[in-house]
Amino acid sequence: MSTTALDTSVRPEDRFISAFEVNHGEALNGTNASISKQRTDAIERFAELGIPTNNLEAWKYTDISSVIDRPYTLPLAPERPSLDTDDIAPFLIDDLDAHRVVLINGRVDEVLSDIGDLPDGVVVSSLAQAGSTHPDVVEEHYGKYADFEDEALTALNTAFVQDGAFVYVPSGTVVEKPIFFLHLTATEQDLLLQPRHLFVAEDGAIARIVEAQHSLSDAQTFTNTVSESFVGEKANLEHYLIQDQGPSASQVHTRAAQQKDDSVYTTISATFTGEVVRNNVTIEADGSFCESNFYGLVVGKDDMHVDNHTFMGHVQPDCSSNELYKHVLNDESTGVFNGKVFVSRGSQRIDAYQQNDTLVLTKDAEIYTKPELEIYADDVVCSHGATTGQIDEESLFYLRSRGLSKRRARILMLQAFAQEVIDEIQLDSLEEHVAERVRTRFSSYFA
Amino acid sequence: MALLEIKNLHVGVEDEDIKILNGVDLTLDTGDLHAIMGPNGSGKSTLAAVLAGREEYEVLDGEILYDGEDLLELEPEERAEAGVFLAFQYPVELPGVSMTNFLKEAVNSVREARGQDELGSADFLQYMRERADMMGLNADLTKRSVNEGFSGGEKKRNEIFQLAMLEPKLAILDETDSGLDIDALKNVADGVNKLRSEDRGFLIITHYQRILDYIVPDHVHVMLDGKIVRTGDKDLALELEEHGYDWVREEAAAAA
Ligand SMILES: Nc1ncnc2c1ncn2[C@@H]1O[C@H](COP(=O)(O)OP(=O)(O)O)[C@@H](O)[C@H]1O
Ligand SMILES: [Mg+2]
Repeated sequence: MSTTALDTSVRPEDRFISAFEVNHGEALNGTNASISKQRTDAIERFAELGIPTNNLEAWKYTDISSVIDRPYTLPLAPERPSLDTDDIAPFLIDDLDAHRVVLINGRVDEVLSDIGDLPDGVVVSSLAQAGSTHPDVVEEHYGKYADFEDEALTALNTAFVQDGAFVYVPSGTVVEKPIFFLHLTATEQDLLLQPRHLFVAEDGAIARIVEAQHSLSDAQTFTNTVSESFVGEKANLEHYLIQDQGPSASQVHTRAAQQKDDSVYTTISATFTGEVVRNNVTIEADGSFCESNFYGLVVGKDDMHVDNHTFMGHVQPDCSSNELYKHVLNDESTGVFNGKVFVSRGSQRIDAYQQNDTLVLTKDAEIYTKPELEIYADDVVCSHGATTGQIDEESLFYLRSRGLSKRRARILMLQAFAQEVIDEIQLDSLEEHVAERVRTRFSSYFA
Repeated sequence: MALLEIKNLHVGVEDEDIKILNGVDLTLDTGDLHAIMGPNGSGKSTLAAVLAGREEYEVLDGEILYDGEDLLELEPEERAEAGVFLAFQYPVELPGVSMTNFLKEAVNSVREARGQDELGSADFLQYMRERADMMGLNADLTKRSVNEGFSGGEKKRNEIFQLAMLEPKLAILDETDSGLDIDALKNVADGVNKLRSEDRGFLIITHYQRILDYIVPDHVHVMLDGKIVRTGDKDLALELEEHGYDWVREEAAAAA
């Protein structure tokens, strides 16, 4: 396997810069021109920006530099750990009849994938492959939505990009079955991975993408994902993410989408495990009558740290956006939520809603929450709210007075709290899967 | 032996130095229906809450025997298992808690405590339908979250429906009649009458006499300032309706 061990004797930024210089030629192998031409700009921008520290407002509560500053190995060429279907079975979703793609350490694994028959013109493949089979689509969309100008980690990903997932749904095409990406890390070494995904739903297309992240190893990993989505006119894209990589995995997950007129984009994440998880979710509604939905559920335990950082950009009139993030924080876990809504001058008749609710189950669990509104139009309805509290005593008493034990009453209240996000999952099998995961987790509480 | 015996009960609110109940005495036999009437703020709901095991109240003195056992020793869920049921004055909305799941868990925990078999899903659903039917509850409500978006009347009917589901030995109804329209009032009264039986006692708390036109009590008590100041039969309720509470208040003051 071709790898580079990062040189920990120098400052972390320089490790990446020298790794880039040493491996420049190799990293470029087999990739598409539009991907490669952004690399040099990206590494330069990364060098200027540096790894974010707590001094930056956007990273005030999440210390990502100490997670990145570890002796990881950078894999450069595909490696195929010997895994078979038994290894992935525990991570499949019951009754999810889907076009399945398995990615191991950020690379599509042809053997474990089971894409099946796709509608005419629909492409589900690796990004590396799409670079040669669909260079025009990649050219049009790659690097257009996840801006690296102000995001060091997006710059870093762009500099080192090798592979990831690719979906293309041509105009007017409906993909009935969900497209399921199972992202697995399987490694003995502490790895730093940088997958890059591109999802394109052209005008009038309808698709659902489910991504689930799991790990087969206890090694420390840091995954710096960048995913870009394009949702054309009158298209509808539902985009799910299950984050469950275990306690030794950290990640920054950047999910950037652009929407055109009359389209609907929905992103839903459910975070169950991870050491430090930072999600940067950005939607730009670059068309009128767009509907944009963000939902998130964070089920924190031990010393998990989960930061959802969202940006809703309204740059056209007559759009609506909905945002609901819920945290259930146990033990010493920490939740961070920052939701920014931007409405440009002239983007009238915007209806933007944002809500963030947290249940804090112990005195050591913490939540930091901050809405940010930047509104330059006058005819706008923008509401936001945040609640933080414990399980409602009145409700607990009601349940107990009907014979439920204190423990069962509390668990039921936690489930009910999470249910509001779970209800937004439109795929029944996935909804049940998440509900079951939540039930199992809560059943271990208050013992 | 009486089903419920309340002796010299004094209740306050912890660390607020508030006293609410000032020596309540009441004995209720199985099969009997008692009504407690009294003006707002006299302590009726506090008494009901203490019977159900609400922790924010502190018993300062006195005792409560239920089936001859110390009721105050039991957790709220243990009281429910032992057959105590409180229909809340203000039923709580529980968004995300489905009526069906909640009631199934409640019914089965009470059944288990009584040594009965758990009801499986199919049997439970059938039982729930029967009871909803018997209580005149719109079965659609059982498909929703507990009390969420229910009208005032629907919430009260839902309390009586739960009473019918859990089949308690002691049913305490805290102003279940308040705020109901005439149809709902009759419906609730009808439900209670259907559930009256030789092996069940009722304690019905009400502000007004009107529900007692439909539910005929064996005994009527008047509570004032945290004490039962007068006890009589159903005619006492009519007297109160006619003369108001001032009359009892004056008498109680004169007697003191
Ligand atoms: N938790 C509490 N904390 C402080 N005061 C209370 C509390 N519960 C009841 N009270 C007070 O006790 C009195 C009796 O209340 P309550 O039992 O609700 O009366 P009723 O049901 O007869 O209207 C009222 O003055 C009320 O304000
Ligand atoms: Mg009251």
